[in-house]
Amino acid sequence: MIHSLFLVSNSGDIFLEKHWKSVISRSVCDYFFEAKEKAGDPENVAPVLQTPHHYLISIYRDKLFFVSVTQTEVPPLFVIEFLHRVADTFQDYFGECSESVIKDNTVTVYELLEEMLDNGFPLATESNVLKEMIRPPTILRSVVNTLTGGSNVGGTLPTGQLSNVPWRRVGVKYTNNEAYFDVIEEIDAILDKSGTTVFAEIQGVIEACVKLSGMPDLTLSFMNPRLLDDVSFHPCVRFKRWESERVLSFIPPDGNFRLLSYHVSSQNLVAIPVYVKQNISFLETGSCGRLDITIGPKQTMGKMVESLMVTIPMPKSVLNVNLIATQGTYTFDLSTKVLLWDIGKLNPQKLPNLRGSLSVQPGAPKPEENPSINIDLKIQQLAISGLKVSRLDMYGEKYKPFKGVKYVTKAGKFQVRT
Amino acid sequence: MNGGLSSLRSEAAGAMRTVLVSAESLQLTLKPELTQEEQALTQSGRKAKEAHTAGNEDLKEMLESNKESLKLEAMKRIVQLISKGKKSSDLFPAVVKNVASKNIELKKLVYVYLVRYAEEQQDLALLSISTFQRALKDPNQFIRASALRVLSSIRVPIIVPIMMLAIKEAASDLSPYVRKTSAHAIQKLYSLDADQKEHLIEVIEKLLKDKSTLVAGSVVMAFEEVCPDRIDLIHKNYRKLCNLLVDVEEWGQVVIINMLTRYARTQFTSPWKEDAVFDDNEKAFYDSDSEEKQGQKEAKPYIMDPDHRLLLRNTKPLLQSRNTAVVMAVAQLYWHLAPKHEVSIVTKSLVRLLRSHREVQYVVLENIATMSIQRKGMFEPYMKSFYVRSTDATHIKTLKLEILTNLANEANISTILREFQTYVKSQDKAFAAATIQAIGRCATNISEVTDTCLNGLVLLLSNRDETVVAESVVVIKKLLQTQPTQHSDIIKHMAKLFDNITVPMARASILWLMGEYCERVPKIAPDVLRKMAKSFTSEEDIVKLQTVNLAAKLYLTNSKQTKLLTQYILNLGKYDQNYDIRDRTRFIRQLIVPNEKSGTLNKYARRILLASKPAPVLESAFKDRDRFQLGTLSHSLNVKAAGYQELSDWPAVAPDPSVRNVEVIEPVREWAPSVGKAKQPKSDDKFYSDDEEKEEEGSGSGSEDSSSSSSGSSSSSEESGSESEEESSEESGKTSSDSGKSSSGSEASSSESEPEQKKKKRTKKATQRKSKQSAADSDSDENGSGPVGKTSSSSAESSSESDSEEDSDVDSPPPPSPPQKKTVAKTKPKVEVKTKKEVSLLDLDDFSPAPPSAPKSSVFSSSLLSDLEGLSLSNVSSAMQVTTPSFGPVKTYELLHHMTGKGFSAKYHFPRQPCLYQPSMVAVQVILTNSSDHSLEEIHIGDRSPASLNIHCFNTVERLEPGASVTVSMGIDFSDSTQAANFQLCTKEDQFSVSIQPAVGELLMPSTMTEPDFCNEQKKLMGMNETSASITMATANTSKQNISKQVLSVANVGVVSSGQNDLQRFAGRTVSSGALVLVTLELREASTALLTINTEKSVMASMLLRDLKQALSQS
Repeated sequence: MIHSLFLVSNSGDIFLEKHWKSVISRSVCDYFFEAKEKAGDPENVAPVLQTPHHYLISIYRDKLFFVSVTQTEVPPLFVIEFLHRVADTFQDYFGECSESVIKDNTVTVYELLEEMLDNGFPLATESNVLKEMIRPPTILRSVVNTLTGGSNVGGTLPTGQLSNVPWRRVGVKYTNNEAYFDVIEEIDAILDKSGTTVFAEIQGVIEACVKLSGMPDLTLSFMNPRLLDDVSFHPCVRFKRWESERVLSFIPPDGNFRLLSYHVSSQNLVAIPVYVKQNISFLETGSCGRLDITIGPKQTMGKMVESLMVTIPMPKSVLNVNLIATQGTYTFDLSTKVLLWDIGKLNPQKLPNLRGSLSVQPGAPKPEENPSINIDLKIQQLAISGLKVSRLDMYGEKYKPFKGVKYVTKAGKFQVRT
Repeated sequence: MNGGLSSLRSEAAGAMRTVLVSAESLQLTLKPELTQEEQALTQSGRKAKEAHTAGNEDLKEMLESNKESLKLEAMKRIVQLISKGKKSSDLFPAVVKNVASKNIELKKLVYVYLVRYAEEQQDLALLSISTFQRALKDPNQFIRASALRVLSSIRVPIIVPIMMLAIKEAASDLSPYVRKTSAHAIQKLYSLDADQKEHLIEVIEKLLKDKSTLVAGSVVMAFEEVCPDRIDLIHKNYRKLCNLLVDVEEWGQVVIINMLTRYARTQFTSPWKEDAVFDDNEKAFYDSDSEEKQGQKEAKPYIMDPDHRLLLRNTKPLLQSRNTAVVMAVAQLYWHLAPKHEVSIVTKSLVRLLRSHREVQYVVLENIATMSIQRKGMFEPYMKSFYVRSTDATHIKTLKLEILTNLANEANISTILREFQTYVKSQDKAFAAATIQAIGRCATNISEVTDTCLNGLVLLLSNRDETVVAESVVVIKKLLQTQPTQHSDIIKHMAKLFDNITVPMARASILWLMGEYCERVPKIAPDVLRKMAKSFTSEEDIVKLQTVNLAAKLYLTNSKQTKLLTQYILNLGKYDQNYDIRDRTRFIRQLIVPNEKSGTLNKYARRILLASKPAPVLESAFKDRDRFQLGTLSHSLNVKAAGYQELSDWPAVAPDPSVRNVEVIEPVREWAPSVGKAKQPKSDDKFYSDDEEKEEEGSGSGSEDSSSSSSGSSSSSEESGSESEEESSEESGKTSSDSGKSSSGSEASSSESEPEQKKKKRTKKATQRKSKQSAADSDSDENGSGPVGKTSSSSAESSSESDSEEDSDVDSPPPPSPPQKKTVAKTKPKVEVKTKKEVSLLDLDDFSPAPPSAPKSSVFSSSLLSDLEGLSLSNVSSAMQVTTPSFGPVKTYELLHHMTGKGFSAKYHFPRQPCLYQPSMVAVQVILTNSSDHSLEEIHIGDRSPASLNIHCFNTVERLEPGASVTVSMGIDFSDSTQAANFQLCTKEDQFSVSIQPAVGELLMPSTMTEPDFCNEQKKLMGMNETSASITMATANTSKQNISKQVLSVANVGVVSSGQNDLQRFAGRTVSSGALVLVTLELREASTALLTINTEKSVMASMLLRDLKQALSQS
């Protein structure tokens, strides 16, 4: 399966290698660099590459390439999913997944990789199992360890590894027992020039933070489960109960996890919370263009639109911009040509507007297409699909937990074509 | 096996000797004792010192110091060196002696080092072997496993026999984790020494039989690596793997699904036949009953093998997995195995994956592209999900475009073309060019829009961007070729644009068009040639070739005007730098210009050059990808990857399905539906005779015992006995067609996999059955005809194998049994009411619960019930052996207080009787008392929540006089959870919401077992299924009797007679799923005891543990 793994920085420096079978020379990455060179943008590198003797399967995350080498047939998604799981684990352990952090924690990273794969086959990927074997580094622990000579490595088999609930360890204890659920919905939409919806759908997830003692058995039910068209679960959710009763019944992992991700059936018309009035034009002759964007609320269900942000990738021929924003601030990145307008809260009484001129490289032809506008926003206390959690019940434990549900709507891939 | 092991052992000993010898050759004296070993290593370290580079000198010193922390620090730095790919193999001697360190982290880092460098330093690596051999016997399973992991990762050929022995021993280790590690080690050993294949296959065969979900994925991986062609090893484990699949960890699922896909293609017949009759619609797909149709296997229309169906059904829930690889694996399984009309259920899940990471999108889109060529309909409703965003990566955009093009048809083409118009304007020019190609494909595929597309493309010719124009020209050329007739304007237009176009491919295309259709544009073509003659030398090669072509064609059609021009161009070409062009020029000259040498060919020049050419077919780049299994690396690369296993074609005739039958029936297994042994008609007959029924309890338990004890070695006669009983009990369940009270027995075998679903169905079915009562008078009818069979029994999973021959045996006896059962059903409620009346006389005046009365009632009713039990025993499957209830004091609980109930009060208790209505229900007796001053009418049960709660209500009590009370019994299916059952108790005027919350101990039924059986079962429920705690008992409880009294008061379990004084054992089964619950109490000194509970229901175990602990610690 997975033969070796190379971590490559964006600049093309191999800063970590790990082999699970015999050693493969890092020169195999030259093929990868070649492909990367050809692709230009790191996003464009093909995830699956073939070299004379090996196959390279790579992912690009947080400005890092995880390049894995295999020699035989393997489902590519198997490797890709695993590599993402590795990146998630690093994120989980070190707070971020960057070159410097991985370099600082090489030993822990190495120990983790050693436990995650055996002979190239995943062995332990559940974060709670890993955390029992290799404790995440904290400042306090590292101080204690230097003084006492203690270690971060556990000597017994994690209970999760053997149990039929591998995601939860036994003997969890909290003084405050609490369970929080965040229903986060994202609107994916494409609007055309005139503001009509070309395509829109709602994707949602329920992120949970459960800190409960013992072995609680939770049941989460919805007021309107029919809304959920397609779902995928954390392994803890009992599929049969969902099939028959449309409730989520599960023994939760300890801490943060994604309980459910769902898709809201497309028959329901998706409410688009904002409208965009835009006028971007480039003059045929002169070396300038004009830009005028106004954003206003549309269907917000009476809630405040927050963290409004507009991103416009400008054509390469645009040299600079000279704009005035009535609200918020804008920045223009000269190298990537990305215009970013951070608006903040949307005030329905006084609509934010950004207007001004664009200076275009003299002599360059007028850009064929106007840049598309990407919008980011957040609406608190609203699930745009109307999904509502009706109740959370706990069985198997006696104490009364503190429960909470929060709703947030965000813009996912929300794009306005111009 | 034993002989094999001992020979192996001697081999291993031999290897060990070699190890020692080679160690000695390093001038060492290696003894098993650690200290000497260490000394020796230190010596060798010194020897090698000269070779060291200065840089690692300090590390070496640190490693040789006595301080753990220094050593650890050194190892950390060494690991950093390894991670950077820097060489540190010279430290090997210094590192390897720390292999036996007590510090776990240090040890692990040494392991990392060892595995990395052992191949380079084989001799030195041997020094560590004895440490691992010792660790392999460590009591800590984690240490054993990691020792095996490292030992097998050391790629030193000399230790192959040692590894082999270690693997064999680990494969029968008690800990599933160690067994899993041994499965991994198999692959490692195989890659080190392929000669061991035969021995390894033996181990794989053994591990394939393993029942632990932990092992399943890893051993199948080993199977795929070592002997993917040994399909025969899978037969016996096929059903087990299918049933275990949901519980296997996600990575194992992927491997197993892929292997089963391959397996299924060799074992089942194609479900894709044209004349296939699918009488099971989408809904029936969820039904376990679809197997019923198996009976008509020989019939003409295609009937799916039940095992084939089993695979499809058990993989379906995995579409909801969070792991994208699992979802993809299921999708490809459906694509390759499911009947055509069922494949579309994977669509939604695949589309969902498009929300995932970029790389996931890429692979999924590739697969969708292949699928969408063959099955447009599958993805058409989701067309909009493939709309391109400007922020997508280029390869994602291209794939989406590919899919959109595949999906295009007459209905949606206008939408798609509108979308394409946006894409053409994209700033990503490579993508814009791909869009034009796509438009071209749509135009050729859908004749209605050809003209529209062509006009659109012509408009694009005036585009400012060169790549767009060039691509348009190329596509237009292809389009015109398909229908060249009325398009001379377009050719003229292109001729006009010719000067502005600089992309060679586009210029060449225009020239070709001119030449091909020069007769349609007789005036323009020579003019273009004139221009080309001028610029010939500065053109690209491809343009030059086409210029020569154009000249030749014009010379043939219009030699008057172009003769000189052609001569000129041919002369230029003759001296061109490129030999292709020189060759071509020479060839053309010979062909068209008549001279004496080329007499005959010359005549055909016109026919050669101006032959009508077939139009190119514009087709998808994914067209031939379907030769590879979806989701594989080979499919992704469109090249056969190393180790790719070809998916075989469906066999014309299915191989014998009976090879998958498993001989050994084990009493309770998660994968229970392993059946299909021919049963003995004799036992069937016997079973249906009345006296046999009465004895059923005893004989049943006996047969169960025998089968459980003989799980390893098969004693066939006993088994077939027990099995036939199981089956025939189902049979009788089927025939007993009354009002849903009779539900078929084989709970234990069929319910684990999908308890909820089934329970629902069962009630549904019961009513259906009722309506069918007259029709379904004999078994053969039911099994013989598919559609009817569907409605018959819920226990199809286990009965599916029964073939018609056996059924006919069963046919005659059933008639007597239904009437019998009816009487049972009818008489029982009456009887109960009567008994309860007597009881209620006692507590008539009591408003508060009267404890003494309740036990009495239960004694009373239980004896009655056990009488009744004899009649209705066929309801209880032999697997659900329930002993006579163990009596503890019965607690009565308040259901409705008379204050809240306006004078109407209710109490309930658990009589600890098997419920008569359905075996999965817990019996509850409710005492209704009317303490108001008026009579209550129509007391019944109203709404319940959760709505799916399965309650068997008591019959409506028509009238309850003031001061009177009545006892009614009901059954509640708690599904093995302590979730409260909420329902409404209604009278004619009022409704009261009440709830019954069972203690966990009430969800059990006692089970008889002998001590050895108990131990056997307990062994199977070790590890993750074991919960234990040590408790301190109250002094009053230390006597054996008191303990069992306390335990029985908490839980409805049976006492297992024990030979040991300090051990007490209790056994029970959960009511709903029939899972075993084993309780062991081991007395220790000074009134402490170790309480152990073994069951698969981990939640129940922990709750039960808590309850028992509480009960035993208070007096």
